[in-house]
Amino acid sequence: MSTKFTFKGGIHPPQSKSLTENVPIEEAPAPDIVVIPLSQHIGAPCDPLVAVGDSVKVGQKIGESKAFVSVPVHASVSGTVKKIEERYVPGGAKVNSIIIESDGKLEVHESVKPKGNLEDLTKEDILSIIKEAGMAGMGGATFPTHVKLSPPEDKPIDTLLVNGAECEPYLTTDHRVMVEKPELVVLGTKAIMKALGVNKAYICIEDNKPDAIERLRKETENEEGIEVAPMVTKYPQGDEKRIIHAVTGRVVPSGGLPMEVGCVVDNVGTVATIGNVIKTGMPCIQRVVTVTGSAVENPKNLYLRIGTSFRDAIEMCGGYKEEPGKIINGGPMMGIAQHTDEVPVIKGTSGILVLNREEAKVPEDSNCILCGRCVDACPVYLMPFKISRFSKLKNFDGADEYHATDCIECGSCSYVCPARIPLKERISVAKKEILTRRKKAK
Amino acid sequence: MEIKLIGSSSPHIRGDETTQTLMLDVIIALIPALAASIFYFGFNAAVLILAAVISAVVTEYLCQRFMNRPITITDLSAVVTGILLAFNLPAQAPWWIAVIGSAFAIAIVKQIFGGIGFNFLNPALAGRAFLMASWSSHMTGGMVDPVTDAVSSATPLAIIKGTASGQLPSIWDMFIGNVPGVIGETSSILLLIGGIYLIYRGTIKWIIPVFYIGTVAIIALITDASTLPYHILGGGLILGAFFMATDYATSPVTNKGKVIVAVGAGILTMLIRKIGGYPEGVSYSILLMNILTPMIDKYVRPRVFGVATGGKKK
Repeated sequence: MSTKFTFKGGIHPPQSKSLTENVPIEEAPAPDIVVIPLSQHIGAPCDPLVAVGDSVKVGQKIGESKAFVSVPVHASVSGTVKKIEERYVPGGAKVNSIIIESDGKLEVHESVKPKGNLEDLTKEDILSIIKEAGMAGMGGATFPTHVKLSPPEDKPIDTLLVNGAECEPYLTTDHRVMVEKPELVVLGTKAIMKALGVNKAYICIEDNKPDAIERLRKETENEEGIEVAPMVTKYPQGDEKRIIHAVTGRVVPSGGLPMEVGCVVDNVGTVATIGNVIKTGMPCIQRVVTVTGSAVENPKNLYLRIGTSFRDAIEMCGGYKEEPGKIINGGPMMGIAQHTDEVPVIKGTSGILVLNREEAKVPEDSNCILCGRCVDACPVYLMPFKISRFSKLKNFDGADEYHATDCIECGSCSYVCPARIPLKERISVAKKEILTRRKKAK
Repeated sequence: MEIKLIGSSSPHIRGDETTQTLMLDVIIALIPALAASIFYFGFNAAVLILAAVISAVVTEYLCQRFMNRPITITDLSAVVTGILLAFNLPAQAPWWIAVIGSAFAIAIVKQIFGGIGFNFLNPALAGRAFLMASWSSHMTGGMVDPVTDAVSSATPLAIIKGTASGQLPSIWDMFIGNVPGVIGETSSILLLIGGIYLIYRGTIKWIIPVFYIGTVAIIALITDASTLPYHILGGGLILGAFFMATDYATSPVTNKGKVIVAVGAGILTMLIRKIGGYPEGVSYSILLMNILTPMIDKYVRPRVFGVATGGKKK
């Protein structure tokens, strides 16, 4: 392996990936009921296109919005619309959702057709295919992909970074996709390159996945402009600004977006799904989810239908091994703890992590000893202990002065804190408060 | 199955280090020098160390009890303060000196300001300064010469300064600890081993010890090169540079800040030794830099990623 890219700061938590990293992706059975939230992305929520009692088929568009920053949602099973009502989603909010009872036939909708050769598709075709397929960032941020791929004229893009770092412990979805579906990753990469009009793309992979690096190197051997970029295994290597800095040396300005330095970063799962959309025409109705953790009987990488409940997904892995303490949507560093296992898998669900009660205990915090570990760990070079202290004292001006809003909420500070202070949580509080005040001031 | 789930903000996993493990590391690092001090100075050194540690822990417990604060004696920070305070005492000092010094360090310097992390002076050094001011005869006399067992106050640096008369010990004796001095400042080699252990473990960074000792060395070389080994190995510099000046609460959190206090302490130490009234000067220079630390932390900050840098760097 040649040069490895990395950043300054960060942490090395135990990877805990051995539970599933060598477990091939398994096609999950369709559940009896799916819950399709009408908003699984950042942006305007969809309006339902179906009514209670309607029959739907797999891949049929069932929700859409006229807004630009929005993506449609599709039925992931065939069957009957039972209800349209508010349901809890993994983000914590209640969202209007379409509940479909499966007829078990998985009949595919007539609109689902392969999109033909990439060579024959124009830039506009690709963008419209991506939007119509309901693509939103599947790494967890769920930003509508076509919006990211339509930068304003004054922000020329020259580089695409495909993010296969997967630096979160436990998660192996991106890893398995890269090992098992490298051709879809490459097809998706080429499609996005064409949509953006760039001729340079890097597929960025942490060096704890040598098999993925090797597979993609082989797959891209004869591809002009696509390069595999091995990265040092370190958290949060997969943060988009870290990746851009590590691979291209460019610094995204504070508060800015990657496009300001000519880059677009897309999660490798999103890219592979776009490859699949072009190849088969099937919109985003399924995704790979790592179901793992000490309280899961048989941890697996499942290819789940969107709308499958966490409970069903865990049942497909043999159920709970012991009493669960925490159920997390995503990984242990940035994932969101759920209050119930009855939330649906959505486009941004990269993992379902079930910790046992012992692991889930929230540690008690004590005095900050000013050891400076949080300062060394912060990948943005903040002083987390200061912001945290300001936040606790409700001195949000102080927190603002120390750049609380630049926090990427990676949690590295809380992880290393020997006094177990919930630094990230307090910084998040300050960040929200400062942003709300700024909005009000406008 | 009805399940009760625990909710909390991310991250959902935490590292292994706690305040307690960090303090335990410091204690482990001090053990070789501690054992050597008992070997060289005998039973009374053991009594002083024990008295200082017990006093520190009991004082911490009583203060927290009294102030209705959580009892945190298990974090071992009071034990560290006790050992370091005892290391600053001459071997023949009476036991109550250790008890009072520790109690002052914990109650006045640490707990009154809010406990661990809130003290603005190194508790052990402030305790030493308090004892020096109050019972200077007990603090400067009573140095035991491990070779002759005679009590003297003629430390090597005092001889160099001319405030005491006597034969300078060999550098080798200074290195292994076979010289008169306070309990903990004697065996440079064992303190160095402890310090390197702490750096290896990541408990402390190399910056402060290296810049502090380096500054002292450079000034000694420029002024009178023949005294170099005595300035490095004597006067508690190794103890101070590795174990006192690196105290988390009283040293800056940033690397740049650490360089500033280390160089500052080095200059002050040599000023005190060369021009000032004391032959040693390590503890006062560290205390003075302690006072500057909050200001350094206010003005020396890391440059936030992407702030004041525009667009493409390449």
